[in-house]
Amino acid sequence: MTIPFSNPDRPNSYIGKTVPRPNAAKLVQGRGRYVDDIVLPRMLHVAFSRSPVAHAKIGEIDLDEAKAVKGVLRVFTGKDLTEVCTPWVAVLAHLKGLKSPPEHALAVDRACWVGEPVVAVVATTRAAAEEAASVVMVDYEDLPVVTETMTALDKDTPVIHPELGDNLAFRRLHEEGDVDAAFESAHKVVSASFRTARHTGVTLEPRSILVDWNPAEGQMTAYHATQAPHMMQTVLAKHLDIPESRVRVICGDVGGSYGIKVHVYPDEVATAAIAKVMGRPVKFIADRLESYTTDIHARDHEIEARIAVDADGKILAMDVDDWTGIGPYSVYPRTSAIEGNQVVNLCGGPYDFANYRAQTTVVFQNKTPTCQYRAVGHPIAVAITEGLVDMAAAAIGMDPVEIRRRNMYADDAYPVTSPAKMKFEGLSHHASMDKLIEMMDYDSLRADQAEARKQGKYRGIGIASFIELTNPSPFMYGIGGARISAQDGCTVRMDPDGSVVALSGVTEQGQGTEAMLSQVVAEGVGVKPSNVRVITGDTQVTPYGGGTWASRGAGIGGEAALQAARALRDSILEVAAAMLQAEASKLDIRDGQVVDADTGEERMPLEELGRIVYFRGDTLPKDLPRELVQTRHFITMEYPFAFTNGVQASYLEVDTDTGVVTLLKHWCVEDCGRVINPQLVDEQIRGGIVQGLGGALYEEIHYDEDGQLLNGSMADYLVPMAAEMPDMQVAHVETPTKESELGAKGAGEAGTAGAPAAVMNAINDALRPLGAQVTEMPFTPERILRALGKIDD
Amino acid sequence: MKASAGGYARAESVGHALDLLAGSDGQGRVLAGGQSLIAAMNMRLSVGDLLVDISKISELSGVIVSGGTLRIGALTRHAQVGASQVVRTHAPLLTDAVSHIAHAAIRNRGTMGGALAHADPAAEFPACALALGATMHSEGPEGARAIPAEDFFEEVFTTALKEDEILTSMTLPVAEEGEVQILEEVARRSGDYALVGLCLVKRASGHRVSLFSVGPKPILATVAMAALDAGDLEAAVDAVSSEIDPPSDTQASAAYRRHLAGVLLRRAVARLKGDTA
Repeated sequence: MTIPFSNPDRPNSYIGKTVPRPNAAKLVQGRGRYVDDIVLPRMLHVAFSRSPVAHAKIGEIDLDEAKAVKGVLRVFTGKDLTEVCTPWVAVLAHLKGLKSPPEHALAVDRACWVGEPVVAVVATTRAAAEEAASVVMVDYEDLPVVTETMTALDKDTPVIHPELGDNLAFRRLHEEGDVDAAFESAHKVVSASFRTARHTGVTLEPRSILVDWNPAEGQMTAYHATQAPHMMQTVLAKHLDIPESRVRVICGDVGGSYGIKVHVYPDEVATAAIAKVMGRPVKFIADRLESYTTDIHARDHEIEARIAVDADGKILAMDVDDWTGIGPYSVYPRTSAIEGNQVVNLCGGPYDFANYRAQTTVVFQNKTPTCQYRAVGHPIAVAITEGLVDMAAAAIGMDPVEIRRRNMYADDAYPVTSPAKMKFEGLSHHASMDKLIEMMDYDSLRADQAEARKQGKYRGIGIASFIELTNPSPFMYGIGGARISAQDGCTVRMDPDGSVVALSGVTEQGQGTEAMLSQVVAEGVGVKPSNVRVITGDTQVTPYGGGTWASRGAGIGGEAALQAARALRDSILEVAAAMLQAEASKLDIRDGQVVDADTGEERMPLEELGRIVYFRGDTLPKDLPRELVQTRHFITMEYPFAFTNGVQASYLEVDTDTGVVTLLKHWCVEDCGRVINPQLVDEQIRGGIVQGLGGALYEEIHYDEDGQLLNGSMADYLVPMAAEMPDMQVAHVETPTKESELGAKGAGEAGTAGAPAAVMNAINDALRPLGAQVTEMPFTPERILRALGKIDD
Repeated sequence: MKASAGGYARAESVGHALDLLAGSDGQGRVLAGGQSLIAAMNMRLSVGDLLVDISKISELSGVIVSGGTLRIGALTRHAQVGASQVVRTHAPLLTDAVSHIAHAAIRNRGTMGGALAHADPAAEFPACALALGATMHSEGPEGARAIPAEDFFEEVFTTALKEDEILTSMTLPVAEEGEVQILEEVARRSGDYALVGLCLVKRASGHRVSLFSVGPKPILATVAMAALDAGDLEAAVDAVSSEIDPPSDTQASAAYRRHLAGVLLRRAVARLKGDTA
């Protein structure tokens, strides 16, 4: 029996409806339980003495003064920890040529970025540990520093890791069709340089871990703010020489992740290693400065790109040369080559064209390591693609909406393979664009823009179509050798009172995973969502799974939950049929009642069935299965990724005297397949848009030429805030994936993917009459005035 | 990070606070609203301070008008300044300024005296004090002093206050009939420190222009003021750009700030004309 999703009046119709988040009241009442809320007996705190310089040989380390601080129990150097913790090398087999040196939990011999942990101080309080860390004396002998991406491979640039031969971490060239010929014969060629600023995720809750090693049990328990508990289980087991089965990772409430908490951080592994050495629970909570210097950074790309179009605006070719600097190490275990790789995979994504060349060059430098952050590579690829498409439209005098309509894959063209060799199962670019244009009332907006211009106001409209990669298969990491699960499982059980417990391998980061799971299970079994309790984030309790990343929670975890719930429903009905002497196929479960499927007549509440099964099982037939616990796993098989699509628009005003951009309104239409919870999806889209707007207008990590981080505080690193955010209107087109019964694809990154390009195009639309153009993010007031030629140095 | 204070004492009166400061061997720090000091301590930019908490000294708080002079106690919170009808009537520039200062939680705790004594070159109140020709009043072991705003702000985070003195209030002449007070600033986000800010006061005696976030301290742009008095806006714009020596930082370059100073002056003057028309 399949679920008739098209009928909103079907019984138990929770999928597709906004249901309350089961954890919302807890979180807003301050009753959440984050890692820092957990206090264990005999618990200690660790603080780190971090490298104050970007590249240096580590000489003498004087710990006398630190050890003398009251409350300090022990101090560890890199060498101390090498005895209990092996280093890691973040490469993957399918990213050919990717290289990276071994990285230790604490720097050994050499520090390679400002903020790299060098010495760990363990004390009875965080204050004492910090006090002691501040008096650790390390003799740093300066080594040459590499900060520039574009010159990292030059002959006269020092090589950060001499054993690797050069500063090249990874390079991939993809070529399809005859790009050079297409450019030579094209009606119009437009070129541009783009830059996306290095930024970071800025989670409300900083990185947090509390590790408890129990030598009597030979078991390590890590309470960890993480997106991927099972991945961390493997990592801790492998590098601390503990059987995987003896590492338990528990992930309670998490205050935002955005990709920041899916990576392996040396200070967190050091915390686990220290807990094992000391046999006491050790807690590490990053403070905000540590977050800025050690949370992964992302998006630090410089790009030269061009597009060729014919006289009708048809795209003939795209050519992209992308460079990114990733810091001194590829980040374990997902690697830092993925972002550049994604740029190659995603440029030109919405468009049906033949000739495509893209190369990414990933280099080492002495800055904080970069890695995957919400919408990995997407904002960059969308900015390049949509920036070029708008410039091409302007060059041939075509409306930006029209040029897109002439190039987007037809909605009936699927399945199709893009020139980047991405396989699309089913997208809806045209339907989404139509919906967007209607929703924003494009023609009226153009009229408003023209009217405003008469009054000397420079308003602009920016459009950005995009594709988003979701529901990854093992093609993302598994085939490269990483023990990162692409499948996910869910166990659903009915307890004696008729309530349901669901245990899932995907995790709750504050985005509402548990609400999504509760309604899927509620519909699948036939109970109210409030009667489903969801448990996530415990490797010893939940089925094995990948966790939350790459927009997979609903599409993968949701389908596993649905199948497990349907299986439990069947088990319940089998018992009910025996009890009621009816045919199981003639029964249904609705709102916690076994009912007659045809008439809806109530036959028995689930709690009565529970009473019999659990307490009077003697009254049931001997050979009747009464398995009120069911587990199912799900993995995608037909497509490496479930691509989604969408289109965003921005309307804004540029103050051409100050350079300040005021966002007037933002629209997004996206297609994530089946929408399970409209409110949660809209919140994901809005939150994602806000992060994209941050990248477009505010967020930029600054380093000086010595590799010193210049803006490691909330006062100096500007995140988007409510007062500047525009009203956002969100709508959906639904093209469910056929890979699952649920049909859900991911929605978590779509907002971030498209927003920066929409803003860039809107600013350039506003500035075009003045002959100015900006392509370097963030679009600060100063960059805009410089583009307008209004600043005299 | 965890702060590392050297000690804490709550002062019962101004005299008590002065005694505590005198006994602190130069380590004493006056704690009022704590919106800058506590943040600095929490980043370990300031360590070992002996905090002298003056926040319960009620005589330091409040707004009074008498004989053409407006007196605002040093402990008056930003939010109280912003909500005061007396301030709105007699020094509307300060009311305007409050709406640009940080966010509600900070305005509820931060004090006007704290902002003045902290002397952040990007803060609004010091520049307002300059434009309004205010006088700072302090108490110390040697007695009370009255320091004109123009002599009060010396350098980044440095004022004419001695280590053992406490700022007690600010006085300023109440706005005369027809006086116009205008504040213009540009910040990256609402509540952020200004990239550049400008105060313009027009009185019968002439124009007063002060700028903030343009150098190590807020400045009175006297050449620009004279040009405005002479009715020459272009000269005033040129002057304001050359009278400042702004820094370059991660938010904006000196060149951008110079440009912005001119833009803000034009906007303030345009508002002035709008108001008087």
